[in-house]
Amino acid sequence: MSAVQTRKLIVLAAIWATLLLAPYWMIPLGGYTALATRVLVLGLAAMSVNFLLGFTGVLSFGHAAYFGLGAYGAGLTLKFLAPSTPLALVLGMLLGGLCGAILGTLIVRRRGVYFAMVTIAFGQVFYYIAFQWSSLTGGDDGLRGFSRQPIDLGLFKLDILSNANNFYYFVLFCFALVAGAMAFILRSPFGRTMIAIRENERRARFLGIPVERHIWIAFTLSCFFMGFAGALYALVNNFADPRGLHYSQSGDFVMMAVMGGMRSFWGPLLGAAVFVVLQDYLSSITVNWMSFVGLLFVLVVLFFPRGLLGFLQRSKA
Amino acid sequence: MTQLLLFNVTNGLIIGAFYVLMALGLSLILNLSNVINFAHGGFLVIGGYIAYTITPYVGFWGALLVAPPLTAVIGLVVERVLIRPLYGRDPLYSLLLTFGMAFIIEDGTRFIWGPQGKPVTIPAFLAQPLSNDLFFITGYRLFMVAVVMIAVALLFLLLRHTRLGIRIRAGTLDLETVAALGINVQMLRSLNFAVGIYLAGLSGVLAAGQLGLEPTMGTGLLMPSFIAIIVGGIGSLPGTLVGGLLIGVASGLTAVFLPAASEAVIYVMMAVVLLLRPRGLFGEEGMMS
Amino acid sequence: MTSQTFTPKFDRRRLMKGAAALGAFQVASPFLIQARGETPVRIGMVDPLTGVYAAPAGNEVMGARLAIEQINAKGGILGRQVELLVEDSANDVGTGVQKARKLIERDQVNFMIGDVNSGIAAAIAQVTAEKKILHIVSGGHTDSITGKDCKWNVFRVCNTTRMEANSVSGVLFSKYGKKWHFITPDYAFGHTLYDACTDDLKKLGGSVTGNELTPLGTTDFSAYLIKARAANPDVMILLVQGSDMINCLKQVVQFGLNKQIHVAGTQQELESLAALPPEARIGIWMFEWYWKQPGVPGVDKFVADIRKVNNGNVPTARHWFGYVSAMSFALVANQEKVLDAVKLAAALENFELPDDVKLQPNKVYYRKGDHQLMTSAFVGEAQSKGKDDPEDLYRVDEVVPGDKTAPAVGETGCTIQWPA
Repeated sequence: MSAVQTRKLIVLAAIWATLLLAPYWMIPLGGYTALATRVLVLGLAAMSVNFLLGFTGVLSFGHAAYFGLGAYGAGLTLKFLAPSTPLALVLGMLLGGLCGAILGTLIVRRRGVYFAMVTIAFGQVFYYIAFQWSSLTGGDDGLRGFSRQPIDLGLFKLDILSNANNFYYFVLFCFALVAGAMAFILRSPFGRTMIAIRENERRARFLGIPVERHIWIAFTLSCFFMGFAGALYALVNNFADPRGLHYSQSGDFVMMAVMGGMRSFWGPLLGAAVFVVLQDYLSSITVNWMSFVGLLFVLVVLFFPRGLLGFLQRSKA
Repeated sequence: MTQLLLFNVTNGLIIGAFYVLMALGLSLILNLSNVINFAHGGFLVIGGYIAYTITPYVGFWGALLVAPPLTAVIGLVVERVLIRPLYGRDPLYSLLLTFGMAFIIEDGTRFIWGPQGKPVTIPAFLAQPLSNDLFFITGYRLFMVAVVMIAVALLFLLLRHTRLGIRIRAGTLDLETVAALGINVQMLRSLNFAVGIYLAGLSGVLAAGQLGLEPTMGTGLLMPSFIAIIVGGIGSLPGTLVGGLLIGVASGLTAVFLPAASEAVIYVMMAVVLLLRPRGLFGEEGMMS
Repeated sequence: MTSQTFTPKFDRRRLMKGAAALGAFQVASPFLIQARGETPVRIGMVDPLTGVYAAPAGNEVMGARLAIEQINAKGGILGRQVELLVEDSANDVGTGVQKARKLIERDQVNFMIGDVNSGIAAAIAQVTAEKKILHIVSGGHTDSITGKDCKWNVFRVCNTTRMEANSVSGVLFSKYGKKWHFITPDYAFGHTLYDACTDDLKKLGGSVTGNELTPLGTTDFSAYLIKARAANPDVMILLVQGSDMINCLKQVVQFGLNKQIHVAGTQQELESLAALPPEARIGIWMFEWYWKQPGVPGVDKFVADIRKVNNGNVPTARHWFGYVSAMSFALVANQEKVLDAVKLAAALENFELPDDVKLQPNKVYYRKGDHQLMTSAFVGEAQSKGKDDPEDLYRVDEVVPGDKTAPAVGETGCTIQWPA
């Protein structure tokens, strides 16, 4: 194994060790397990956005819609269909992914600013549906009356409702599944093609790559991942809320990806950790936390566009 | 029933006129600089609050004249310091930046003026409806439409007959050539941004008379402006004008039959336009790819 | 040889070091033990301090802070000082739930107050019930909190929609007429308020000419007002709240509709009246608490105390909600001399608020069956300007006791289930 590969393995092991031991090293630092769970879920969402943004070069600013749809899918399943957490996760993922697939067909021909505006607008359609269809979704009050069900593992039941640590590890397990899938796709020929499109779309087209179809597939895949993250989020809160579909939530996800480093696989997770912890910390000490978060956006865009990991990579080189 | 429909179409046109004012400013900035100004609603709020603050000294008319240019000056500073470094970069960055700015503006206005809504009074002679039946056509709303019409006329005059305007239009089509012709593109973008923000500030002053003045009032007005631009066609100002009026009417009519959908209908309109004519009603092919 | 000469020095130094350490420990240890005994009692408060409800939320926090100040001045709870930990829910459920968990798991709060947003209040109630924390909902109005979703550990200060409708329907009917047209905000609060009003109207023998369901955040009400006007009612009932109320009333007055039809409603707040231009301060409403109550004990002092921290402005009902919530915890804990949530919840049932906390003329208590505070309704009329005070924007005509306006416990749908 070469030196680079060994280093990569060590970094990977370090990341997983940190994640596995989070409930333990967080507490002495003034954290709490629910915060770590939230970081994981939002980090997964940020990674899903980055699948499109950082690796395909496509800017979707309305991606939270699929996140919210996943949350509603999971919630509606638990409330009306069956008290089964895995089913809720699957159906939530499907709802987000299928809506993304359908919408994707409408917008893949656009690029740049136009694409961004159109994704925002479509995202808002879903927001308004969730907001106004109050008989189904609960409207402004949100979808309530469901909670995460214990997981029946045959030999014993895993109580993820009242035990915060159990739930954290369950979420970590789900995160690992999806992250693994993402990494697998990115390393496959399809993933390479996505990166080729990001680097130079015209050249990719000249090479005979069906660019629109690839973008559509990437878009759909990222919506499936988002739906899954959203379903997890519904489990975190035992609640699904229209605000999770709003474009401001999309903005947060994009910022997490940019802040951590768009070109890196783990960047968005790091960005999510920084963003969530900072917001949590700031909003406890000052009412004007919004100004600070806004300032963070401005500073990152102006001075750290490559994000934290990009910054570190450059200083190493 | 016919009377109800007629009333609502007229009402929709009045609402649409207001959207036009907001959307035109947003469109100007988008066309030339490729910047989606998420903070546009924030500048509207700033315009409203500045008007509120100076009204005790200069009266309603003074505020109407002075608040928009003041807002435009703030816009100029923001453009020079924050947005200029981002031209030429991926549009993602200006989007994130204006997004962050919207946060700062909302929190800033809440910090300076407090979260409690502020009472705004309009001149008494304007606060009269035309008649008992046509109660929804008040002097103030007619005044708003008049202001919008004057602003639109002045804007088109500016773009067609002044050097600045011609340069802006040329820059929208081909900024590289404009720069190659020796025109100061930096200054052009700054002034264009200032004009756009002037319109936002003006919208804010007008809105404050009709709505409650509080820090979050800008956010709900931003999305319809986007839709107006998409429906009318990115890159076309007449398109934005028509788009704004259309969504106003659509929204007003839907409120009669299906009020729950009155806000969602404009998004449906946008979806329909995108499906049937992706470049928008008046857009030109390849304007924004 | 050398070691022998060193040893006595070393020993002496070591001895001295040891003595010093022992001495320091003696001095320090009482501080350590004292610190543990003086762990403050913590009250957590989750409210949307940013977003559209920032004004009422901020006022609730102000009221709670005043209460904490007064509680600490009198010796605190069970001899310990009280700390108020305030978190911003940012009007977002995920954030609200997360902050609630943070307050409970990390900050170990003993009590919880919150949220103005009913949806968030309900979500937090799930967390507090799970963690067995006594929870008072200060300003969230949705009926289910003391109705079908009631919980043993959750109590509520502000009125239910049923109470609000019942308090003012009779007055509206006799003063304005029998044909009512509604402008209802399209969410749970609006729907239940509409149902409550129409139930009362039917009992009185009136009729509904129509109901305009307006989406939350509507800025332009003209389309709905056009329809309402076309239906020719005697009175237009505005059920919208907050910014929606401000926009709607402003437009109603600008359109001159108040000269053609009577305009009134149920819940009204001082925050909304203050944000309206004077000519728009019209209508008959109910307030949940009002600051100008001459002759009622404790009110003047409360108003003066709040004025000091509120830029000279008078308290609103929201200040009172926050104040009552925090005070309730202190009063019941000091009475029972425990901090156990189950015991205190039982003690809070039928607990009557003293004069200097209830700040109104009638008997005010937490009803046993549904944990709803039986607080009075201040029925009256808005006025553009007070005679003596520029903030006196409301004329109180009648103060109706809570147990007269509230439906019977059996009708609320609440059955309290205590933990095993």
